[in-house]
Amino acid sequence: MHERFDEITQKELADNRAAQHVVKVCVAAGCLSSQSAEVKTALEQGVNGRSCKVKGVGCLGLCSEGPLVAIEKHLPDGSSQNIMYQNVTPEDAPAIMESLDKEPVARLLCPTDVPFFQRQQKIVLENSGEIDPERIEEYIAADGYRALITAVTEMAPFEVIEQITRSGLRGRGGGGYPTGLKWVTVAKAPGPDKFVICNADEGDPGAFMDRAVLESDPHRVLEGMAIAAYATGANEGYIYVRGEYPLAIARLKTAIRQAQRMGLLGSNIAGTTFSFNINIRLGAGAFVCGEETALIASIEGRRGQPRPRPPYPAEYGLWGKPTLINNVETFANVPTIIRKGGDWYASIGTAKSKGTKVFALAGSIVNTGLIEVPMGTSLRDIVYEIGGGLPNGGVCKAVQTGGPSGGCIPASYFDTPVDYESLKELGSIMGSGGMIVMDESASMVDVARFFMEFCMTESCGKCVPCRVGTVHMYNILSKIYQGEGTPRDVELLEKLCDMVSVTSLCGLGQSAPNPVVSTLRYFRHEYDELIAGANGSQTAVAPTTEVAS
Amino acid sequence: MFPNEKIDPPSDDKRWRIVQATMRRNGFARHSLIETLHTVQESFGFLDEDSLRYVSRSLRVPLSAVYGVSTFYHLFSLKPAGKHTCVMCTGTACYIKGIPKLLEQIKEEHDISPGQTTADGELSLLTARCVGSCGLAPVGVFDGEVVGKLTPELLAARLQLWRNGNHA
Amino acid sequence: MKRQANVRIKTLKIDGIDVGAREGETILELARENGIHIPTLCHLDGVSDWGGCRLCLIEIKGSNRLVPACMAQAEEGMEVFTKTPRLVTYRKMILDLLLSERNHVCAVCVSNGHCDLQSMAQELGNTHVGLPYLNPSLPVDATHPYFIMDHNRCILCQRCVRVCREIEGAQTKGAMGRGIEVRIIHDLNEPWGQSLTCTSCGKCVQVCPTGALLQRGKAVGEMVKRRDFLPYLQMMRED
Repeated sequence: MHERFDEITQKELADNRAAQHVVKVCVAAGCLSSQSAEVKTALEQGVNGRSCKVKGVGCLGLCSEGPLVAIEKHLPDGSSQNIMYQNVTPEDAPAIMESLDKEPVARLLCPTDVPFFQRQQKIVLENSGEIDPERIEEYIAADGYRALITAVTEMAPFEVIEQITRSGLRGRGGGGYPTGLKWVTVAKAPGPDKFVICNADEGDPGAFMDRAVLESDPHRVLEGMAIAAYATGANEGYIYVRGEYPLAIARLKTAIRQAQRMGLLGSNIAGTTFSFNINIRLGAGAFVCGEETALIASIEGRRGQPRPRPPYPAEYGLWGKPTLINNVETFANVPTIIRKGGDWYASIGTAKSKGTKVFALAGSIVNTGLIEVPMGTSLRDIVYEIGGGLPNGGVCKAVQTGGPSGGCIPASYFDTPVDYESLKELGSIMGSGGMIVMDESASMVDVARFFMEFCMTESCGKCVPCRVGTVHMYNILSKIYQGEGTPRDVELLEKLCDMVSVTSLCGLGQSAPNPVVSTLRYFRHEYDELIAGANGSQTAVAPTTEVAS
Repeated sequence: MFPNEKIDPPSDDKRWRIVQATMRRNGFARHSLIETLHTVQESFGFLDEDSLRYVSRSLRVPLSAVYGVSTFYHLFSLKPAGKHTCVMCTGTACYIKGIPKLLEQIKEEHDISPGQTTADGELSLLTARCVGSCGLAPVGVFDGEVVGKLTPELLAARLQLWRNGNHA
Repeated sequence: MKRQANVRIKTLKIDGIDVGAREGETILELARENGIHIPTLCHLDGVSDWGGCRLCLIEIKGSNRLVPACMAQAEEGMEVFTKTPRLVTYRKMILDLLLSERNHVCAVCVSNGHCDLQSMAQELGNTHVGLPYLNPSLPVDATHPYFIMDHNRCILCQRCVRVCREIEGAQTKGAMGRGIEVRIIHDLNEPWGQSLTCTSCGKCVQVCPTGALLQRGKAVGEMVKRRDFLPYLQMMRED
């Protein structure tokens, strides 16, 4: 198998070198919505016999300046030179093609010697923006599927798990549960039928990392899943992907078909006895389905309502069988860990949080888009260095991490290294990696209200604290925001926060109060000011009504 | 009871063949309910009572469960949508960058709130929990086309184009 | 309950009392056997557990998380607490949530005096609701010839749904929507009286903890539910 891969790689490299210029157009969702498909067509039409290859690639990262076009110029000495263009329109195509052998088009140049590009360390996104996501050959030429072949032909399942454990990889979906431990539990669970599920139901508003990975490098996720299946003894896999991501779904389908044709998925992979198939299941718009047990219910065709754990899916999961559930980014780390070794991975990051993390930067920030940095990078570096600070020299008030389950971290804590523990200490969570930067104009009470509205409408309705508690909290927050709140309301809000977080059934309810708790912790004065402004209506309290009995 | 009972689609509309194909591909298994409903929604634009009864019977899933699932997930709609749909993203980034104001604008100009369709059946307004293009916030999806960095003017122009199509 | 010959007995403590449990026995079952009362509204002997009302939450020594007694299995050496001050406070608040959610007006309810929700309020000492009422406007379905469903009194415990599915097998009742919008439905959210799948067996009415499901013609306080039929039915059925 390795020999066949070598052949493909050589051919790909030769093809690549044959052209003097490789023009890479981002065809991930962000750039596509600013007409990158038309840009690509215009560029292709402009080739005109030049020694030039135009191809679509995955996300180049700087979504706010899209469409992005990267050009790789092969120099006679064998090295290559790279430039990037931003905000390219189809009309710019002729100028770009004309300039290939000359000076670059200055007005379109996107500087790549800035921290946004220089400070990143890419593992999950290493092929993003480099390879054509719709061609398996390019993934193979980028060392793809080697880890899978090595694992199934040269390693025992427990050796694979050992590498994952040594790497210190933790779940990238939010919880940060050690991935190796999860794999061991499933591997040790008895029974011939086991499942591997990839959670691609990226529901946090403000997070689009998983989408970019699926659109830019789908094979990486398939390979990660296949390695996990080999390690845990599973033969069937599901990718549960948001219905809102049609492009990611299409690319996954293509990737699965290609991998099957190459014998990298299906029966007797690489001539061994290991067989593994992957099915796609579409989410239908329910945030709660990001919760493991709700996700399983949804794959089984039912209402996506969670059930109490234990038993955990590792013992009792899909159709009652042992099931491994990891998210997209977690699986995307796996091939590299197997290829380069767990110790290599563990050398990146902090003591307890290893490796890199992909963040989606959005909100009031100059460089919105995707970044991948080592764990432990400070928020200051992320916002001001990599993110380029706020537009028009604005002052940053807080960064919201972890979506509706996370919290707002005020600017005064920006020197904190970003890892699972330190974010938790600050009252937020790593979450799936969405980071929303807020400037001085943002009202923290409104932000809390926004997330509570989210949790209220996304609550599945099964358990009382989440179903009813979130409604009361939302009503109180609205009341305060509209200047009609009383000090008693804040007291009640705090009580509800505590009760809902402790007594709710699943993670959605348990973490629903987090945005409120963290804004109360750091921005209490904003609540107080709104209440003080409520012209002397302090006497009004929540009506207490007698129960007839 | 009747394992081999042949269940006929509600009408001879050819789109039912696509729905049947989905069910067949999944071996008419009960767990393919959501997949099947996706196909119905894609083919017909919404789920009407006839289609729910047909799917219920074909997959042997109780009516109450079919209805429960159809109303649990936001992507399924039990009402026909307008000729054009505008989906406004209400993710965090879009919220901060002004989606609430844009929704107010639509309310003012077209008198519809999220989930509603204009009286002339031309335009449906929906909201989505983050379409994943936060880098381009605020974002709207117009008949499947994602448009980023929306401004009030841009939005007004897009929607007016559709409404005018009717009056012209 | 089927008793096997070689069951391993687990010993644990509930509220300081030493108790012995069979394999797979839940804390709720075990507590009841030993005369320890744990409040619950959604649990129903004879059907599967739901874990949604959160009133039976208990504390286990060494764990920070509260777990529902109806679904937590007894383990060797566990120390379980069912009435800590923390639990009592939370239970009262959860009950407040339930009382504020819909329109529970005992004075005009057919189940006044025989209502599990009302008894729970008395038991936990909730004389006042410390939260604003949400006052939803909800319909009453009186289309069925024998029974009435009043959504204003429903607490969404899903007992009716489970008994309809698991005991009667009709699966007429289900739930639609999500969050605060969840409603109990019949078939495709049709009027109950038009349901072609309902067998009119009335089991749902008998297991409903409140006055949400009632027999026609009952006046205030007259709806007394037959709570004993389900354990009987279960006991007499062959496994």
